[in-house]
Amino acid sequence: MTAPGLPGLPGLPGLSGVRVRAAGADDAFPGARPRWVALPGSVDEMAAVMRASAAHDLAVVPLGGGTKRLWGGLPARCDVVVGTERLDQVIEHATGDLVVRVQAGVAMEALAEALAAKGQELALDVPVPGTTVGGLLATAIAGPRRFRYGTARDLLIGITVVLSDGTIARAGGKVVKNVAGYDLGKLFTGSYGTLGVIADATFRLQPLPATRAWVTLDLDAQGSPDRLGGLVAAVAASTQEPAAIELDWPGPERGAPSLAVLVEGAAAAERALAVRDLMGAGARVGDEPPPWWGRLPSAGRSGPMGHPGGGLLLEIRAAPSRLPGVVPDIAAAARRTGTEAAVRGSIAAGVLHVAVDGERAVDGERAAEFVTMLRSRIEVARDGGVDGRVVMLTSPEAVPPAAASDPWGQESTRRELLRRELMLRVKERFDPGHRMSPGRFAGGIR
Amino acid sequence: MSTVDRLAARLGELFPADALITDPVRLRTYECDGLTYHRATPGVVVLPESAEQVAAVVKLCDEHGVPFVARGSGTGLSGGALPRTDGVLIVTSRMRRILEIDIPNRRVVAEPGVTNLAITEAVRDQGYYYAPDPSSQQICSIGGNVAENSGGAHCLKYGFTVNHVIAVEIVTPDGEIVTLSEQDPGFDLLGTFIGSEGTLGITTEITVRLSRTPEAVTTLLAAFADIEGGGRAVSAVISAGVVPAAIEMMDALAIEAAEAAVDCRYPAGAGAVLIVELDGPGAEVTHQFAAVERICRDSGAFEIRVAASAEERAAIWKGRKSAFAAVGRISPAYIVQDGVVPRTSLPGVLAGIDRLQEEFGIRVANVFHAGDGNLHPLVLFDDAVPGEGERAEDVSGRILDLCVEHGGSITGEHGVGVDKAKFMPRMFSEDDLDTMQLVRCAFDPRNLSNPGKIFPTPRLCGEVPGVRRGVHPLVESGLAEQF
Repeated sequence: MTAPGLPGLPGLPGLSGVRVRAAGADDAFPGARPRWVALPGSVDEMAAVMRASAAHDLAVVPLGGGTKRLWGGLPARCDVVVGTERLDQVIEHATGDLVVRVQAGVAMEALAEALAAKGQELALDVPVPGTTVGGLLATAIAGPRRFRYGTARDLLIGITVVLSDGTIARAGGKVVKNVAGYDLGKLFTGSYGTLGVIADATFRLQPLPATRAWVTLDLDAQGSPDRLGGLVAAVAASTQEPAAIELDWPGPERGAPSLAVLVEGAAAAERALAVRDLMGAGARVGDEPPPWWGRLPSAGRSGPMGHPGGGLLLEIRAAPSRLPGVVPDIAAAARRTGTEAAVRGSIAAGVLHVAVDGERAVDGERAAEFVTMLRSRIEVARDGGVDGRVVMLTSPEAVPPAAASDPWGQESTRRELLRRELMLRVKERFDPGHRMSPGRFAGGIR
Repeated sequence: MSTVDRLAARLGELFPADALITDPVRLRTYECDGLTYHRATPGVVVLPESAEQVAAVVKLCDEHGVPFVARGSGTGLSGGALPRTDGVLIVTSRMRRILEIDIPNRRVVAEPGVTNLAITEAVRDQGYYYAPDPSSQQICSIGGNVAENSGGAHCLKYGFTVNHVIAVEIVTPDGEIVTLSEQDPGFDLLGTFIGSEGTLGITTEITVRLSRTPEAVTTLLAAFADIEGGGRAVSAVISAGVVPAAIEMMDALAIEAAEAAVDCRYPAGAGAVLIVELDGPGAEVTHQFAAVERICRDSGAFEIRVAASAEERAAIWKGRKSAFAAVGRISPAYIVQDGVVPRTSLPGVLAGIDRLQEEFGIRVANVFHAGDGNLHPLVLFDDAVPGEGERAEDVSGRILDLCVEHGGSITGEHGVGVDKAKFMPRMFSEDDLDTMQLVRCAFDPRNLSNPGKIFPTPRLCGEVPGVRRGVHPLVESGLAEQF
């Protein structure tokens, strides 16, 4: 069962057609070093890899572009990385149906280019360059236009997955309207590789907007949360159908907050003027986005997010009206922990991202302290609390394993414990051997 | 005494007499939902008023191993709320309070028995509405909408229930109350639960996201000599980059029925009518309307009417909205079908339906959400003629085959329920269905929550998932080795 050149490898090298190489130092996760990298070129090859892994009780971590390999929890165990780089084909672009079926390894930029050639787009903004279709789905990351179009789960209409035992399963289809069977696409979207590997996906598309216009407004650095909240509410309630409403605040030391609104589609320029009037003096209309648009925030000297030595990146989720009031809490937590924090996000859709760094790259202890402080303010439901969530998307690798720094937040109430129990039961059914990305995901999923 | 009778006696200790129905005559009121040819008298009906009461009933069912079925307004068209004679029917009609209206966050929190339209009515004055609009919206419940992931004429632009619900409180099949919210980290159990047709638990509270009432709405009716002309117009509208709120089409037989029923006065001699509704910012609608009107003319429309007021809009929609019931005027009986095809396959599928009509001597009236390829063929028959009902059912099933052959779906919005469970293997492989069953087994290992719906042959959850017998096809084909 072993193959020449790769001594000691059970099974995998014998798979006809599947490219397998020995994993190197670059393939390692902090705390878990895989032995092989398998690069299937088809869904059947992927199934063969999964069957071989099952037969030898090997832990599997799926990997697309690798841009978010250090997001979420780190794998507790990894024997095989299943890379999707050879699954790089657009399977079918049915232009007349505004539908595309695409393999998981296709980069979102490449997909956008192929669709744009036919005057169409997948209305999902990708905040991390190099993200693949599979990686986007697995992490459920979204950008500014989530306000208008929702996130990946809202635009996904069909999926093919390979389970830990090699079963190939499809759900949904290639029509936009379809309620036949359970929607496994939603279950897999945001599941961080813990239920199986995504092989291909089918999305509903939109016509490329004829025109786009941005309305931006710089806010007073000392501006009150009430003013920010009022502005966001007014624009969100506008009948001009803004596609996105974004807040950017580089941090107390580095500049004042600003708000930017995207209006797109027919008569965008005219509608943008109406939005400008709503936003009041100082608002201006342009046909280019602000330089920070659609990218995650960064702070201080942090390296690229999601790399060792990189900073702490949080996602705060709460009812939109509560988010303006959270911004001062972020500033306070930064002051208390001696760090710098930058905030950016889709404030009208209830999501803000926070990047944290200090003079030196933020260490694990301070990161944990920062998160604990924010959670004590935001994850409170009683007495009119914010009732939001603070998720650690990625963090310096040395975050102490205290409960406070569970990347996915705390389960404090009986209901939340029951929800966690449901998740564990789903995981148990899909991956009874606990071999799919063990340790990466929320709620104690192993 | 049967198990369900023993359970009914226990329910009698928990619920006042008026919240429990055991009288055989009154039980029969609940023997079917909107799909009346599947009937079963429930063992007992209970009318809870709170999540805690629902949980108490479900816990008892779990203890006794008795199946339960949830029912909202009973308007479903796939037998999803068909009761079990050996089970409990949990009716949510007494849970109809709107609990919270939160305009700053564009949210409404409602109990499951609240009607779809009541949510819109509660916020209309403030300039908002709830977007999914199934045609039964005046009476269907929001809890039922969650179970079925209901759509409506306007989901082409706005999506379905799942795109507008941000949290649900559910009672799990083991009787626990759990909240599934879009903001919680972890698996998207909310998205997985919505559309699971009551097989993963019962919804007891729903938080929906509201939409802003559009600044402008324009509705246009275009009459064509034949269905091909209408089809060309639909394709051209979509290709032009316009996403209308709705594009609806009716063929000659459907128009004839609507005229007979509601006197909608569509243009005489039309072989097909198209209703196109645009909504959004005034500037955008004006711009797009000009394009749509031109496209309709270029595609051969011989008459175009534009609604200049809400009354005129209602007049245009009247024929379309009455179409299902209207065919009762031209046929003693009919089957409402619900299939989906890729929009570009519409002409091929309609031609196929024509061939079926000829082959079986059965008439089919076509009404459809043309923008998203969702067909509602109405298969007409006379139940007094021996054998015609069976022929109609045959035609109805073959229409679904046509949809699947063209890459479509066996249901776009009515759900699988009990009616289409047998069609699921035409669309999905055994592995696909087994994988879906993993979800059910996680939520409902004892198969008590609305059993017999969606899946043709439910697998016992005790079985180890993924065990194969015999040689795997991949091994056989030499693609892989078995280890």
